[in-house]
Amino acid sequence: MKIQKKKDLLIEPLVVLNIGLESFAKDLEQQGVKVLHIDWSPPAGGDPELVNLLSKLGS
Amino acid sequence: MKEIVINYVRHGSYLDSVALMQFSKKLLKLPGVNEAAIMMGTPGNLQIMADAKLLDESIKDLEGGDMIIAVRADTRANAEDAIETAKNLLEKPKDRLDSNFSWKPKTLRSALAETPGTNLVLISVPGEFAAAEARKAIRRGLHVMIFSDNVSVEDERALKMEAKAQNCLMMGPDCGTAILNGVPLAFANKVPRGNIGIIGASGTGIQEVSTLIAKHGGGVSHAIGVGGRDLRSEIGGITTLMALEILERDPATIHIVLISKPPSPDIVKKVLRKVAVSKKQVTVCFIGMQSCQLPGNANFAATLKAAAESALNKKFLKDDTMAERGFKENIDTPSFVRGLYSGGTLCAEAQVIFKTAGETLVSNAPIPGVKTMNECNETHSFVDLGADEYTQGKPHPMIDPSVRNAQLRDALSDERVGVILFDIVIGFGSHHDPAGHIKEFLANYTGVKTILIASVTGTETDPQELKLQIAKLKDAGVLVASSNADAASLALVFLKKLS
Amino acid sequence: MELIEVANKEALKRMLSADLILVDVVPAKEVIPGLDKMVVLHAGPPIEWPQMCGPMRGAVTGMAVFEGWAENLASAETMAALNSFKFFPNHHFNAVGPMTGMTTCSQPVMIIENRTFGNKAFCTINEGLGKVMRFGGNDEEVINKLHWLKEVFGPALGAAIREIGGISLKNIVARGLTMGDEMHQRNVACSGLILRTLAPALARTMVDKEQLSECLSFIGGNDQFFLNIAMAIGKAIMDPVKNIKGCSIVTAMCRNGTDFGIRISATGDEWFTAPVEMPEGLYFPGFSEADANPDMGDSTIIETIGLGGFAMGASPAVAGFVGAGVASEASAFTRKMSEITVGENPEWTIPSMDYKGVPSGIDIRLILETGLAPTINTGIAHKEPGVGQVGAGVVKAPMVCFEKALRALARSLGVI
Repeated sequence: MKIQKKKDLLIEPLVVLNIGLESFAKDLEQQGVKVLHIDWSPPAGGDPELVNLLSKLGS
Repeated sequence: MKEIVINYVRHGSYLDSVALMQFSKKLLKLPGVNEAAIMMGTPGNLQIMADAKLLDESIKDLEGGDMIIAVRADTRANAEDAIETAKNLLEKPKDRLDSNFSWKPKTLRSALAETPGTNLVLISVPGEFAAAEARKAIRRGLHVMIFSDNVSVEDERALKMEAKAQNCLMMGPDCGTAILNGVPLAFANKVPRGNIGIIGASGTGIQEVSTLIAKHGGGVSHAIGVGGRDLRSEIGGITTLMALEILERDPATIHIVLISKPPSPDIVKKVLRKVAVSKKQVTVCFIGMQSCQLPGNANFAATLKAAAESALNKKFLKDDTMAERGFKENIDTPSFVRGLYSGGTLCAEAQVIFKTAGETLVSNAPIPGVKTMNECNETHSFVDLGADEYTQGKPHPMIDPSVRNAQLRDALSDERVGVILFDIVIGFGSHHDPAGHIKEFLANYTGVKTILIASVTGTETDPQELKLQIAKLKDAGVLVASSNADAASLALVFLKKLS
Repeated sequence: MELIEVANKEALKRMLSADLILVDVVPAKEVIPGLDKMVVLHAGPPIEWPQMCGPMRGAVTGMAVFEGWAENLASAETMAALNSFKFFPNHHFNAVGPMTGMTTCSQPVMIIENRTFGNKAFCTINEGLGKVMRFGGNDEEVINKLHWLKEVFGPALGAAIREIGGISLKNIVARGLTMGDEMHQRNVACSGLILRTLAPALARTMVDKEQLSECLSFIGGNDQFFLNIAMAIGKAIMDPVKNIKGCSIVTAMCRNGTDFGIRISATGDEWFTAPVEMPEGLYFPGFSEADANPDMGDSTIIETIGLGGFAMGASPAVAGFVGAGVASEASAFTRKMSEITVGENPEWTIPSMDYKGVPSGIDIRLILETGLAPTINTGIAHKEPGVGQVGAGVVKAPMVCFEKALRALARSLGVI
């Protein structure tokens, strides 16, 4: 299989979006890597019924 | 008590009504102030202030452009202080309040709008939400690294199929380590760039191999984590195969190392078929497998150390004098080895070395042919403290070394345990000073008879600094081997001496 | 879900293609069928007399006296308690109204037409500041002004607008955004701009110089004159977006002083309500939170179309009302609202944010996913009728409304 990448991960400089543990983003920042940390929180505050609905109707 | 009302007029000064209201709010907090307002002197505002009993008789001949500071307080002193405060507030340039309101992107969508050049999304949210986030990223054609575990096998498969169709690399779930373009991601070490590419279904496996390569003068082009389950039949090695192709096309990579637990036979076949068509040298390291039928361009390595040696095409020297220097007299027999590991693959590697040497052992994460641990074991035991049963509701030992304390305590006070083996894994993501923690802990155990053997998985360029960590361990009376495999081998040497 | 994505794209397309003209001013009964004697339209979702807050009751009784249905306020109150009046939301009759939002048969209403879809929206004329009916004022002064609006200003305004041939509104909003307006708490620029268009026409059409002077002063002296027009713009934009199958875009948000109500496109006229929240803000001297009336008014239709709190980046001075934010943080509010909207309006842009278009098309799924509720810039009324505005602040739409709407959306698609 021939892989044609729109963005070749191993050639271009890494530009990272971090979702979850903020320490990962801080470590990358420390190394001068372009990283944006997302202020994520569980959908619908974690309410299982709504989380389920959102995953079905998902955006 | 009669209240005092004081008015002060500032000419030729204009501030927005909103800004003025904010200042008024501050004045209300001052001692003795019952009512206060700073307003522009329009007829409407004058009426409001009059209704609030804030005007004194001095207010006459006001221009609409005048600003009035009006205070009603318990005493003249209170009122005058408030007027002074107001004047100061109006002189001072507005200082930047702490931003409760700075915008931080809350979703992938808005973050991408902010940073359109993104090529990798690193996901470490709780497992039940990780799949949804990964899906969003893949649908936008982004590569993904999922650190989270507790993602279902079905989700992993579906996502990896979608990623493949999009030519996106999906590392994980349960992918703790990757090094791309020289950048350590999540739990990984800073190693020099070089021509060895690594593909690993294991985090600490990648860490040990990459740092051994660094310790012996080599370098890593990329280390691609594939996630703990990628080589299971249900997943079919999708990411491993993609990683092989990526490294095949990478001109900087001359040698490829593949690290994993032993996959099922059908997957082994699939992977080796791919390896066979590679123009590069490949080292296959299935930890727990003794050997494997390999194509001509591939070598088999039974341990992580052997994999690093194979990649560098040289044998690493061992420090044989340690066995003499470290030996402690007066050990009772029989004597068991207790291995306490934070890295699962490091635990597995130690088991391989003991099993190959013909020793009987047990583990909570046994390699093939090794029995599971139970309470009453009169034999060598190897514990993976990063396994689920130890990390429910508790931090991982690589992040918080103190969760290993209880086991260390037990082992040190257990008379049957003659040797304790443990790992220290440094690098990004790890605790800032694991060796220091151990040193402090062991300070309570000076003069103990147990032999302590460790290795440090890391490099000089890691934040914790390899030499410093080794020095602290030695200070604490720990024998520091030059690799995890050597630590296990050293333990075997001591066992022979003791028996 | 693909169906929802397509539906939402259609909704945004309809919103952005609106062509809005202020065409006339006429007595309400001429354009709102069903607005008979004893019928009172109010702000917010449905509510009956027993639940109405102080200011709304004050406004209802005042209205009854103005319309001549009751001799005085006391008998109006008795009639109300005896169910003599019929109450309906403005929204049910293509109308909107600020605060108490009273719309009755004799009052002059402005007509905003959305020429792209042919629909019309109606709103009464903004009375000005202070003791006015929209805050529940109902004394002689208030009622006299309503008579003046009905007999003098309304007809004059209508004649002037007809003489010009209608006033195009989208561009006024666009210019207002560049001048610091966000069209909810701040309309001073737009009010000035429309006065510039109306003044010559009023001068040409009015014979009585005294009355001309009164009319010009009335508009010129009211910073919030454009508010009611902005509200009708919102209604005119959103009505054609109703009833797109599977569409999760919010088509209305409003409050009646007790409940906050929303509608989404997929479920047409169904209301999803929850108790209103208290605004957080700053109070005029002499007043505090203890004096505040709960959130009220149809003016949240302005946020529904991406203005007001959503366009806070255009109006840094208003950001101060959050109580702790500084002017430079205003754009953070607009960025936050971008998280819950499906697109931007390229015609209504914010220069200080690199001409970013105002966030448009509120998607309830994004609200629930991010936990960010629509941020609304609102005036705070005194809880006693007739006292007037006592402050201004920021209030959030209650999350429960969107949760209810999500379930209804799921049911409409057969997902639950």
